[in-house]
Amino acid sequence: MRQLVQMFAAVFIVAFGLMYATSLLNSSQGYSGGNTLTIYNWGDYIDPDLLAEFEEESGVKVIYQTFDSNEAMMTKIEQGGTTFDISVPSEYAISKMKEENLLLPIDHSKLPNLKHIDERFMNLSFDPDNEYSVPYFWGTVGIVYNPDLLEGEAPTSWNDLWDPSLRNNILLVDGAREVIGFGLNSLRYSLNDTNEDHLQEAKRKLDALTPNVKAIVGDEIKMLLANEEAAVGVVWSGDASEIMTENEKLDYVVPEEGSNLWFDNMVIPKTARNIEGAYAFMNFMLEPEHAARNAEYVGYSTPNKEALALLPEDISGDTRFYPSPELTEKLEVYDNLGKKMLAHYNELFLEFKMHRK
Amino acid sequence: MNKKGARLANLYLIAVFAILYAPIAYLMAYSFNSGGTMHGWDGFTLEWYGEVFADTRLLIIVLNTFVIALLSSAISTILGVIGALAIRHVRRRQPRNALLSLNNVLIVSPDVIIGASFLILFTMIGIKLGFTSVLLSHIAFSVPIVVLMVLPKLQEMSPSLIDAARDLGASGWDVLTKVVLPYIKPGIFAGFFMALTYSLDDFAVTFFVTGNGFSTLSVEIYSRARQGVSLSINALSTLLFLFTVLLVIGYYFINQRASRSQARGAEGGRAVR
Amino acid sequence: MVTKARNLYLIPYAMWIALFVIAPIVLIVYYSFFDVNGAFTFDNYAKFFTPVYLRMTFNSFWYALLITFFSLLVAYPTAYLLTRTKHKQLWLLLIILPSWINLLLKAYAFIGLFGTYGLTNAVLETLGIGTQQILFTDFSFVFVSVYIFIPFMVLPIYNALEELNPTLVYASRDLGASWWTTFRRVVFPLTLDGVKSGAQAVFIPALSLFMITRLIAGNRVITLGTAIEQHFLVTQDWGMGATIAVFLIIAMALIMLVTGNRR
Repeated sequence: MRQLVQMFAAVFIVAFGLMYATSLLNSSQGYSGGNTLTIYNWGDYIDPDLLAEFEEESGVKVIYQTFDSNEAMMTKIEQGGTTFDISVPSEYAISKMKEENLLLPIDHSKLPNLKHIDERFMNLSFDPDNEYSVPYFWGTVGIVYNPDLLEGEAPTSWNDLWDPSLRNNILLVDGAREVIGFGLNSLRYSLNDTNEDHLQEAKRKLDALTPNVKAIVGDEIKMLLANEEAAVGVVWSGDASEIMTENEKLDYVVPEEGSNLWFDNMVIPKTARNIEGAYAFMNFMLEPEHAARNAEYVGYSTPNKEALALLPEDISGDTRFYPSPELTEKLEVYDNLGKKMLAHYNELFLEFKMHRK
Repeated sequence: MNKKGARLANLYLIAVFAILYAPIAYLMAYSFNSGGTMHGWDGFTLEWYGEVFADTRLLIIVLNTFVIALLSSAISTILGVIGALAIRHVRRRQPRNALLSLNNVLIVSPDVIIGASFLILFTMIGIKLGFTSVLLSHIAFSVPIVVLMVLPKLQEMSPSLIDAARDLGASGWDVLTKVVLPYIKPGIFAGFFMALTYSLDDFAVTFFVTGNGFSTLSVEIYSRARQGVSLSINALSTLLFLFTVLLVIGYYFINQRASRSQARGAEGGRAVR
Repeated sequence: MVTKARNLYLIPYAMWIALFVIAPIVLIVYYSFFDVNGAFTFDNYAKFFTPVYLRMTFNSFWYALLITFFSLLVAYPTAYLLTRTKHKQLWLLLIILPSWINLLLKAYAFIGLFGTYGLTNAVLETLGIGTQQILFTDFSFVFVSVYIFIPFMVLPIYNALEELNPTLVYASRDLGASWWTTFRRVVFPLTLDGVKSGAQAVFIPALSLFMITRLIAGNRVITLGTAIEQHFLVTQDWGMGATIAVFLIIAMALIMLVTGNRR
């Protein structure tokens, strides 16, 4: 009995000691003070030096919290109970959050640097007049390939993925809209298609791809492709640029049938407390010099045209990540298909995953 | 067992431990890789360890993780022991099985569901997300495993032991602290360590119920994983792992010495009498 | 008065059950009757009985069975031999210790170990067996799952073995029973309770494994847990996710009933 009491006493003493140490550390870092700004962003999706500079310039202490999927982030914001001043959802999530009144409208007059954003990326279908969101990064979905591991030609289209030489050599990203989307694209349908026959046709075509698919994975896809675990991967362009910095043999192509054009935009969730700070932060990030540095750090494509001009030629002139106007014509932004349709896409994707070779 | 059998037995145990520690050795080895990723070896560096100590936010998170783990396992152990006593108290089979099933619901439920339903629960009751909500949920999902660890010990305890104590005039409290608890001590320790394991390992539940800047190590690791785990996380894990190994071994030997001298003391006492 | 005082200390546990078990179950059952648009429906239950979900259920049970079987196969001898070592408590702690390292990190380590250019394949290559695909196969999935669940199986079996009265074993040996007969007739039956609680502690969570189905099995294995995670975090079809959860809870109750103590 004495041993039990001793152990529990020790555990509680240590725990409270650690708690005290934490509160000391917290206050020494200024996290417990009043003037803080909570940013809810994807993991490692910002240059940390910029955060430090912003803190110094504005005197606001930044709390940087991260999420790994739009859905998890939305759940957190919807339930409330915690403060987020800034978040960075993808376009379909923005239209969903708008519908559910989770966002505060943005006052453009408080964002003088908004003028630096390329007209092409403003006023898009998911957020007319950018009433609720400000562009942060954009990109495409495409194919990363390793020329050394390919037996045939380098892929240029979605249909090249069905080539028998790629048996058990393709990694797919774990996203229903991405996979069903390229299935539709390979049949020259729109990736926003809701016609049941077209969807079933795409599903059957994808089932035929199963022998070539080695795995359907999440963020590990970057590591796996860089490690040459497979010859070909279907990924987002931002991931592709990271993979290619990691392993220079690899190359990226946006398939000729067309593909997805995606956006991550900054928004102010309804849970925001420090709204002035949120505007200051957005304006700071829209500053061309800052946006350029951020793009260089993160490796995604910047929508800021002044920033693009500041980037070195080998980045800004890279048509894989800043595609030509002809190709851009063929790219489509995901429409908000509504919950029912989205659930149906996911159901089809689930069936595809369960389809055995 | 003969000599050959003993050697075979040792070989088996060595193999089991080798496999259990292989991935950990792998993680630890790469914490010294200057290449920056967990494949390919570029050279030896201590850079990642420096990075760990420079990152105050990470240190705060580590401390948070420990506070939550220790507090939640201690509290859930106490609750779990009470629960096991309660379940033992129920003599009839059907209600007891029903109670056990209720107890086990949280073990079977996928973390995502637990997380989501706790989140709804906390916001409904109006508990602010952060330290309190994370602590409460860790306590909540650790209780059943403690019960499962303690219950078999309680069940094998012969009722005559308690009766004997009662006959000798022991009060209910005395029976509990002098007979029952010492007897089920191994179960209590096992429960505590399992609770610690659950708490340190949990990601999904914490992810849902945390907020307002509060974070634990596993949540932090998951969110950093998007860019590929930085080797500073490997370095941190190496440090924590070595620290725990030392702690466990140190605790074990101190404990052994204490119990040995205690045993000797008891013997001495008997001799005098 | 005495009984009242005795029951007073049960309040915290009863509160725990009410708040963190009953309330979430009620919430889950409640949610299972709503579709994505928040309309009341029984469709989720009808959908569960379509081939896709039935096959998924079958898969989950099959893999959970495999995982439990292999865990037992590895854990029983481990626990048995551990009770025979000096410093056995310490070794037991060292069995649990690896589970304190973050699962995601360990999964990444396994990806490194099992990958095409990983350590295991390098060994196979030098042995002349040649490079095999280990990652994203049933083998790697079961292997890593067993790895995760081993401590949960070892611990109860170890406890049961510790309780075993050694004189029974001696008696059996003295009566001329072979080692194997002693084990089969005396040791194993007497530790069956430990095996049962170990099997419960492995089988039940194995039904709802997720994450490593993606990391290690590359989504070639879809379990009920994966589907629930998808419905809650991706589709946001909480109704369907909750429905699967309801079936999991029922399955758990049934398993407890079947393997429950008859004493």
